[in-house]
Amino acid sequence: MDMNEIKEIFFQECEEQLAELESGLLRLNDGDRDPETVNAVFRAVHSIKGGAGAFGLDDLVSFAHVFETTLDCVRSNKLEPTQEVLKVMLKSADVLADLTNVARDGGSVDQARSAQLIRELEALAKGEAPPAAATAEAPAPRAAAAPKAAPAPKPAAVAAVAAPNDQGFVPVAFSFDDFGGEEEAVIEHPAYEVVFKPKSELYTKGNEAALLLRDLSRLGEMSIHCNMDSLPPLDQMDPEAAYFSWKVSIKTDKGEDAVRSVFEFAEWDCELDVLAVETGEGAEAIGGDLPMQPVPFDLSALDEEPHAPLGVVEEEEQIAAAQEAVAAAQTASNVVQMAGSASRAAAADKGAAAAAAAAQNNAQQASSAAAPTIRVDLDRVDRLINLVGELVINQAMLSQSVIENDSNGVSSINMGLEELQQLTREIQDSVMAIRAQPVKPVFQRMARTVREIADITGKSVRLVTEGENTEVDKTVIDKLAEPLTHMIRNAVDHGLEMPEKRLAAGKSAEGTVKLTAKHRSGRIVIELSDDGAGINREKVRQKAIDNDLIAADANLSDEEIDNLIFHAGFSTADKVSDLSGRGVGMDVVKRSIQALGGRINISSKPGQGSVFTMSLPLTLAVLDGMVVTVAGQTLVVPLTAIVETLQPDAAAIHSFGATQRLISIRNSFCPLVDVGRILNFRATQANPVEGVALLVESEGGGQRALMVDAIQGQRQVVIKSLEANYTHVPGIAAATILGDGRVALILDVDAVVSASRGQPLHLETSLAAAG
Amino acid sequence: MKKKVLTVDDSRTIRNMLLVTLNNAGFETIQAEDGIEGLEVLEDANPDVIVTDINMPRLDGFGFIEGVRKNEKYRAIPILVLTTESDAEKKNRARQAGATGWIVKPFDPTKLIDAIERVTA
Repeated sequence: MDMNEIKEIFFQECEEQLAELESGLLRLNDGDRDPETVNAVFRAVHSIKGGAGAFGLDDLVSFAHVFETTLDCVRSNKLEPTQEVLKVMLKSADVLADLTNVARDGGSVDQARSAQLIRELEALAKGEAPPAAATAEAPAPRAAAAPKAAPAPKPAAVAAVAAPNDQGFVPVAFSFDDFGGEEEAVIEHPAYEVVFKPKSELYTKGNEAALLLRDLSRLGEMSIHCNMDSLPPLDQMDPEAAYFSWKVSIKTDKGEDAVRSVFEFAEWDCELDVLAVETGEGAEAIGGDLPMQPVPFDLSALDEEPHAPLGVVEEEEQIAAAQEAVAAAQTASNVVQMAGSASRAAAADKGAAAAAAAAQNNAQQASSAAAPTIRVDLDRVDRLINLVGELVINQAMLSQSVIENDSNGVSSINMGLEELQQLTREIQDSVMAIRAQPVKPVFQRMARTVREIADITGKSVRLVTEGENTEVDKTVIDKLAEPLTHMIRNAVDHGLEMPEKRLAAGKSAEGTVKLTAKHRSGRIVIELSDDGAGINREKVRQKAIDNDLIAADANLSDEEIDNLIFHAGFSTADKVSDLSGRGVGMDVVKRSIQALGGRINISSKPGQGSVFTMSLPLTLAVLDGMVVTVAGQTLVVPLTAIVETLQPDAAAIHSFGATQRLISIRNSFCPLVDVGRILNFRATQANPVEGVALLVESEGGGQRALMVDAIQGQRQVVIKSLEANYTHVPGIAAATILGDGRVALILDVDAVVSASRGQPLHLETSLAAAG
Repeated sequence: MKKKVLTVDDSRTIRNMLLVTLNNAGFETIQAEDGIEGLEVLEDANPDVIVTDINMPRLDGFGFIEGVRKNEKYRAIPILVLTTESDAEKKNRARQAGATGWIVKPFDPTKLIDAIERVTA
């Protein structure tokens, strides 16, 4: 693994942490006061900061740091996570996400926004009300950024780098060096006298005096003097007490800080004196007491067992003293080791059971050490999915030819084939599951969009999401974000009213935008609703007339008027706002949904809001279908759409108007739709009594009886996109390849149902293009 | 014999960096994702030194260090804490829990190895 790979993992982890952060903040926003939620939020930011620091991503680190500090206030109950506070934090989470993206992909972040948020976060941490955004235009950002940007000036040069003041006075730089001052005394090898007296706590924290002395010895030449004056007689000795102290003289060019930093880990648990001593005469002064002869510090002694008898060492024998130091330092650890070996012996007695448990633990350990996910190039998965699709088709072909050639029926080949079929299916399911992902990430991104638009428009909005765990193919998810963002933007900008207006209309000041996802009829249905004012039909109608989209006297249903907003260049906004002025209209949304093989519908109630319903295929998914024959053609009807099949009885068929027919099913009437007729396979309607009716339920919930000539059977088919390989065909969702190698079309049940409402399919193409 | 290091950190990024750094420096590395797992693997891992993060789910660094010190066998094992720069108070708490020393983030391989060498024989 190299740094780039780790960096990639870091960004992956950031994404997870950011999601965790946002969902945690939203939970807090909903009144969750579980300390673990606050902790998780804190950890998310902390973790990002930690990783970012490792990669030198300074912008990310400094923002995360401020954010973390404020979160720490919440964590320690110094700051109440009110809605106001959380608003700032959610926005900060957005900026953190931006900074992460910039760190990964380059680009730039909105500096003013992040500077403003840093100020708001800092104010919160100090227990002040967050500074209003209006003051953001004040010169504060510069001031806030300056200390970070400018490297700390050297003390002597402070005057030189000072900024020009208001009078335009520019201080002149001059160096004190010119006066010959401030020059450091050139001392080649200063000497230090270190008195080091450990307390017993030093040893209980896993530090060892010997190791510290060893570390010190690496700084330069040194001599060690061990003081054992406080060593009691053996019978009074507490094995865990610290009796020794050391006096070390060392010559080093590394400086006093280096000497002190050796004891960094020990400073709290020892008495430490570091004295710089003058070389020359001073050194001799020490020398009288402690000869400055280099004493080799025996590192190998660290691995030896102590052997020298205690208390008989002559003070002059410094080597022995050094060894004693080691021995003394090891006393504590020896005690621990003895205890350790005792427990090891006890453990050994437990025998095989313990060994087995250990082995199991090792296995667990190994599995937990491995990453829980792997990253796979999407291309590879695509290739796998395609291959599995081919496998399914091949298996179907094989089955068919075996059945045709094997008139005896049961044979081992047949049994083998059945197993193959089952295996193929399982492989297919597993492969499809690789790419299926919950829509959650996209929904989470929408939460951010809502916040931003609400901020810009000054509206108060709550986003409610449902069914975020609904899974759909990754290719769909990726393409969903853009149209969804635009629709959300529209819903907040155009759909919801300003708070005052809402209150006047008897609604809550806070508007609600709801985003739901669910599976239905083998498709994913995503619904976006708002409780705003609904579509102003008069205005839409007038605009359509003005733009020559419809005739002034056109008689349109409410639904038709609503759907006019999908026309190119259609905007109900009076003026082009920041939001709507992006050149993207609902027509683009509709086109991108269609490009995915999906449909979009709107229904609106004046004063109550609008609902956009998108129905999307689970692309490249496999479909359980009913293979039927219509006018000599083989079609596949998605099984999920079919409620039941029935053989119409002449008595159950009723005529309605000139061309419509109804079928009565259990005392209710259901429109009868001839699939052959509606797809223009034949000119006249077939006789219902000669065919089979498939009772289907469309997305809108309405039932229709689809007339087909015959049912061939149920089969699992691999969806091959018609758009990608040919073009969009109204009424047809996709195509598939049957066992005999023929191409069969997959019926788009919803399109057929809506076509049966009196909009012939060939007309829908033009409507779709226009709308 | 290679010295064995147990690292405890919930961040995958930091775990990976520790792994690479320690392995490159010739250590054997065992990893755990939080304090609970750290205590679980401790017995089998029997490490020479432990490097632990503070902020972790389930059981944080303080709790983990206390847990290690409670174990007779690991009473004197060196434990290094990965801390962030501004946490003097936390450093102190970690010390009181029984930490041997600390490695200041941002993560610097040289500092890490230095610190480990400083506390291991």
